[in-house]
Amino acid sequence: MPDTALQTAPAARPTTTLRLLLRNRLAVVGLVFIALWTLGALLSGLSPYGATQPGAGALLQGPSLAHPFGTDNFGRDLLTRVLAGGRISLWTGLIAIAISLLIGVPLGAFAGFVRGRAGGLVMRLMDMLLAFPSLVLAMAIAAALGPGMVSAMVAVGIVGIPEFARIVHGQVLSLRERDFVEAGHAIGLPGSSILIRHIVPNALAPILVRATLGMGYAILTAASLSFIGLGAQPPDPEWGVLISDGRGYIISGEWWMTTFPGLAIATSILGFNLLGDGLRDVLDPRLRTSK
Amino acid sequence: MNLVLRRVAAMLPALIGVVVCIFVLTRVLPGDPARTLAGDQADPSVVAKIRTDMGLDQPLHLQLVRYFADLLHGNLGFAWHTGHSVASDFASRLPATVELALVALLIALVAGVPLGVISATRRDRPVDHAGRVFSLLGASMPLFWLGLMVIVVFYNKLGWAPAPLGRVAEGINPPTGITGLYLVDSLLTGDFVAFRSALSHIIWPALCLATGSTAIIARMTRSAMLEVIGQDYVRTAVSKGLKPSVVTLKHALWNAAPVIVTISGLQFGQLMGGAVITETVFTWPGIGSYVVQSVLATDYAPVQAFTLVAAVVYLAANLVVDLVNARLDPRIADA
Repeated sequence: MPDTALQTAPAARPTTTLRLLLRNRLAVVGLVFIALWTLGALLSGLSPYGATQPGAGALLQGPSLAHPFGTDNFGRDLLTRVLAGGRISLWTGLIAIAISLLIGVPLGAFAGFVRGRAGGLVMRLMDMLLAFPSLVLAMAIAAALGPGMVSAMVAVGIVGIPEFARIVHGQVLSLRERDFVEAGHAIGLPGSSILIRHIVPNALAPILVRATLGMGYAILTAASLSFIGLGAQPPDPEWGVLISDGRGYIISGEWWMTTFPGLAIATSILGFNLLGDGLRDVLDPRLRTSK
Repeated sequence: MNLVLRRVAAMLPALIGVVVCIFVLTRVLPGDPARTLAGDQADPSVVAKIRTDMGLDQPLHLQLVRYFADLLHGNLGFAWHTGHSVASDFASRLPATVELALVALLIALVAGVPLGVISATRRDRPVDHAGRVFSLLGASMPLFWLGLMVIVVFYNKLGWAPAPLGRVAEGINPPTGITGLYLVDSLLTGDFVAFRSALSHIIWPALCLATGSTAIIARMTRSAMLEVIGQDYVRTAVSKGLKPSVVTLKHALWNAAPVIVTISGLQFGQLMGGAVITETVFTWPGIGSYVVQSVLATDYAPVQAFTLVAAVVYLAANLVVDLVNARLDPRIADA
């Protein structure tokens, strides 16, 4: 999306935003999905079975009352594993987005505020990172760091940096021409204070939207990395690992090993996408999806 | 021609930047290629020798120069898990990936553009809502899971799809190599048995790979069309009594085309990433599955080479986009 396409709407109060958001039916559906998986992740520890403990039931049993999602090839309870996997996936998404935000926002703000050669250099570097298809870049970084959950988080986080930098850069470029910034300069506020206390807070709306949409994307990319062996490693119940585990059993008919973790990924990503779209509608009516 | 040269020249800094990025990634991040190559149990002297052989004991800027020189000689490194040079492995596998990505892009265009046009012309009607739901699902579905589900349903249960192994059925000779693209080669040589087999093998992974792109192309086509439909000249065309289909296709779609071309180019680059997943699920013998095998064998030269090739494909797709758009809209060529 071009930088200029994202402009801030006048900042609405948080309570107003929440009220408008709750009126958006699709956003509420998204919130429900996210809430369910968060709750499941929190409660997964209460399961009578351990997430990595073998022999909770017979091997490769289909869904039943005792094991609603069935059991896997080690007899582990799949429901417990999927819920515990939610904890890993949600944390991965959060940490990856935090990395993207913590690096991307200052970089974009700096480039937009300072402009000139240094600013241009930063943005060219961001463009360079965008020249890689995102999954390929994530793979290269995770492979260089060595397979593992932390590598996947860092890789997904780095891949997200340019998007945030671009959004903030565009925001800062347009905001710095506004009267309130000029007023700040006029009363002698230092540049850093204008940037941090006046410009960045006004650019929060598109950052929030991007972060929400980015959560879904981060979970998906991390799961993809785990699926190809670069992210979380067995026996961790990460969703991509669960699907990779179940892959060997689809031809022999044990469909539940891949179906339930897949639905978990799909519904959680759908949740974040719906919520992100809803937030965008509320925070910036000009960008409504049904334009 | 001038435009081509200008755009290629503009791409050069980006390409050099990409190469430097990859170099920095492999050298600055932790992980010791010599140690990886030698194995955990190796004697330190063996590791040191490998390090010298690989030039890792040289200063960083000399390593970068050597890396560039190797690339210019077409040397992408050595894949020890296959025992071949990465360049020769790529040469034999790249056509399979390109063919898969092209077929997927074709499906995404053939399905996505009409879907977007219909959504835009029937805005807020059931078709539009269905389109939106499809886009949301397409964007939320993990590709690797979709692929597995397709295998379960269409191969396992229904028996419509062939076994997800390779590009043609066992026992059928691949067509004589001309372009390396089986569909094209079999048509050129008139080998229809191979063509049918190749088509039935490529269609399922291509459909999976195309899902995400179809959703995105449909959404972008819809919003580009809506933008154009609201403009005065379209209203004029309608008011002077032109048939709605003529207005939609000739006046609106034609002017929305640059957006569609741009997004298709970007999608082609993304398809390279998607190919890694799809090829792994369908055991498709392209460079995507090769990269995953390399990763699992902790053989990183192919991974670096793949990153480079994917970035080059991405930039090349952008170049094609620029050229096509310059044809569609002369104002872009002059800019």
